[in-house]
Amino acid sequence: MFQQLVFYLFTGVLIISAIGVVTVRNPIYAALCLILAFFSSSAIWLLSGAEFLGIVLVLVYVGAVMVLFLFVIMLLDLNLDLLKEGFIRYLPIGLGAAFIVTLEMILVLNMPAFKISQPLASLPANNTEALGKILYTDYAYPFEIAAVILLLAIVAAIVLTLRRRTDTKLQNISEQIQVSRHDRLRLIKMQAEK
Amino acid sequence: MISLSNYLVIGALLFSISIAGMFLNRKNILILLMCIELMLLAVNMNFIAFSYYLGDLAGQVFVFFILTVAAAETAIGLAILVLVFRNRRTINVQDLDSLKG
Repeated sequence: MFQQLVFYLFTGVLIISAIGVVTVRNPIYAALCLILAFFSSSAIWLLSGAEFLGIVLVLVYVGAVMVLFLFVIMLLDLNLDLLKEGFIRYLPIGLGAAFIVTLEMILVLNMPAFKISQPLASLPANNTEALGKILYTDYAYPFEIAAVILLLAIVAAIVLTLRRRTDTKLQNISEQIQVSRHDRLRLIKMQAEK
Repeated sequence: MISLSNYLVIGALLFSISIAGMFLNRKNILILLMCIELMLLAVNMNFIAFSYYLGDLAGQVFVFFILTVAAAETAIGLAILVLVFRNRRTINVQDLDSLKG
């Protein structure tokens, strides 16, 4: 009973904050609503036995990705009025599309096959240990690929935003080391001054 | 008791809210990126629910990989966004039409 209460509470907060993300005017408030949505879905994950992923969601998303979002929002000098125009114009079609998708999904999801209320098999009690065990054995190769994707993201983000300025007096170390005498010194034969 | 369809309906609601958000905020790339995050969250919710009700950890492993790829995607997307803003002084999607014939 208590579990049900907590579940519906966090579901309500999640849905309301998700609606907030798409409707508020200021992108900073949208980011804060998204943080609230991540927190409440992390609580729902904790209720359904995914303890490790619940904590990871808070650490990675709220701790890193959303901070990055807020950083970029505050870095850019945005004209909010211009970005929000057309909101009313697209409201009917947006709500229509969302309504149709919701209706179809709920029709499908109310089939008796999805009406399971007890888990068919129980998950291991120690979630983190069990996840680590299969992650480093069965899924070792995808795990390596995920690591390479993260490396790719680091390199891509740095290379994209690197600004090469031409007006600074920066030393090019490799050019300096490769310099030979012929590049800098010229010997001239000339008559001695009288 | 909480049944599997409860979780799946939450996922469906989150997904359609983010679809509506894509229609409503079609000028602002920042909000579009946030809507993509919400969509991935909806998908992850389904994975977690199925993992719990089928007693299979594979669903949680997939959520792990989705989180990794989503973090990478967000980092690169925001880098491109900063670059676009630096060159064009705008993040309005309607202004980014220099490839249009």
